[in-house]
Amino acid sequence: MAEALLTARRLTKAYGALKATDSLSLDVIHGEIHAVIGPNGAGKTTAIKQLSGEVASDQGTIHLGGRDITRQPMHERARLGLARSFQITSVFGGFTAEDNVAMAVQAHDGHSFRFWRRARSEAALREPARRTLEQVGLGGRGGVIARNLAHGEQRQLEIAMALATDPSLLLLDEPMAGMGPDEANRMVALLGGLKGRVAILLVEHDMDAVFALADRVTVLVSGREVATGSPDAIRADPVVRQAYLGEDA
Amino acid sequence: MSDASRTTAVSRAPAEGKAGRLETGWRAALLTCVAAALLVLPPAAEALDEAFLIGLFTRIFIFALAAVSLDLILGFGGMVSFGHSAYFGAGAYVVGILSFHAAGGEAPAWPFSLPWMESAVAAWPLAVAAAALLALLVGAVSLRTSGMYFIMITLAFAQMLYYFFVSLEVYGGDDGLSIAGKNNLPGLDLENEASFYYLCLLILVVFLLIGRRLVHSRFGMVLQGCKENEQRMLALGFPVYRYKLAAFVMAGAVAGLAGALMANYMGFVSPGLMHWTVSGEIMVMVILGGMGTLAGPVIGAFVLLLLEEILSAYMEHWMIVLGPVMVLVVLFARRGIWGWFQRGDPDG
Repeated sequence: MAEALLTARRLTKAYGALKATDSLSLDVIHGEIHAVIGPNGAGKTTAIKQLSGEVASDQGTIHLGGRDITRQPMHERARLGLARSFQITSVFGGFTAEDNVAMAVQAHDGHSFRFWRRARSEAALREPARRTLEQVGLGGRGGVIARNLAHGEQRQLEIAMALATDPSLLLLDEPMAGMGPDEANRMVALLGGLKGRVAILLVEHDMDAVFALADRVTVLVSGREVATGSPDAIRADPVVRQAYLGEDA
Repeated sequence: MSDASRTTAVSRAPAEGKAGRLETGWRAALLTCVAAALLVLPPAAEALDEAFLIGLFTRIFIFALAAVSLDLILGFGGMVSFGHSAYFGAGAYVVGILSFHAAGGEAPAWPFSLPWMESAVAAWPLAVAAAALLALLVGAVSLRTSGMYFIMITLAFAQMLYYFFVSLEVYGGDDGLSIAGKNNLPGLDLENEASFYYLCLLILVVFLLIGRRLVHSRFGMVLQGCKENEQRMLALGFPVYRYKLAAFVMAGAVAGLAGALMANYMGFVSPGLMHWTVSGEIMVMVILGGMGTLAGPVIGAFVLLLLEEILSAYMEHWMIVLGPVMVLVVLFARRGIWGWFQRGDPDG
């Protein structure tokens, strides 16, 4: 197996008696798209929250690029290269699309205790922001207030914000949720285009998208990993078929 | 609201051309008129034998300064601090206490026996520093909470300070302290009402100009981002707490300066300056005029204090008129008076 970028070992998180993640171990390889699938309530979002640092793990360790980040707060992990999109779209609704991405660029560009220069005129922030918008297919939409963008566009914007922090790993929580078929296709194309440049941990319900994109798939059921392997192996796995795909496929 | 902002946002964004220039022209004209009126007010008021106007407007400038400082964290940063009177009062008390010792009110100990205590050059920066330090302590604790808890804890700290000064008999307790005279400022006679008026106006204008740079700087963008979506800011990698605390301290410092001016204006300080109703009044100015803009709190201070001045001449319970006005503003002009004039332009 190639060298892992992100290594999670025996991650556990319990809410009372409910174990949302139960001794989950996971390796995300450099440049790969690693999908995490599982039925509702399998603990996929909790796992993302633990990896991003929004939720503290009860047990287990997380390493990013060989560095122990288990105890790092969310904003520190983001600085180290973990970028995240949310299950429910989370953008700066009152800002323009370009402002949104420029904010992400700014997050990556040193500290922000700069009080005098007009941030909206700084080419160092706006140029990369425009380029990233272009890259995700929002080229002409930079001036639109984010909350007035269509749902699919807002999700694209989230990807742009994540990319603008120049991450090594994207944690994407259902980027295609609530999208129409056209929008979903565009997102698949966008994520496919990122393959090899940045590693992606993808939580997604859209199985067509998962099997089109993923290099590796992990199946979660009730917080527990039941299988990990290539898309073909997962599709053929009888345990997976019974536990999960059996209802759908 | 969403419909209105939709049309303006879409029409404004691509073409900032004609409409933008017109609006800028309109704004510049208005600003020039207001500036001219304020500049000629002291001589005009004296000529018309209405010298009380100078004092009234001085008070308005001072409160406007406090209101703008609150808006920096409330309107731009989304931090609903309900204890802004603490920093205002702290600044005032620094001036009051220094002047009390300078006048020999108490056998002065070493640091208090020096002649600099009457000087604005020393007393005002000290007032600012004391208020900033207080804001640092209060903010460091309060900013670990959010929402309703933040409102309550900032209020609680301010009330603690209020009762502390009520019980501090050395400095007059409940009755407060009289200040023998205004601070000395080299080259300017602050005892002259018009001079003090111009100084307060100048300080307000300078702070507004600084504020304009500040809210559009990288720091200002972070502040506005925290208001829009704090979770997102964290996910992007911003150490949000640090930035919010810095803004909180800045707002406290400027409120402290306003307090120092207020002590000079009144010739008197009392715990009443720290009472929660003062925090409320400053907050009303911000909301009435327009949160999240720089001009808004200034307009709010003008409207509130002028309303008070006019109405209280006719009735004791002038608040009975203010109440419905507030309700109308909140219902029909969510972004305050200035926001209503601007109709959706986020850059105040």
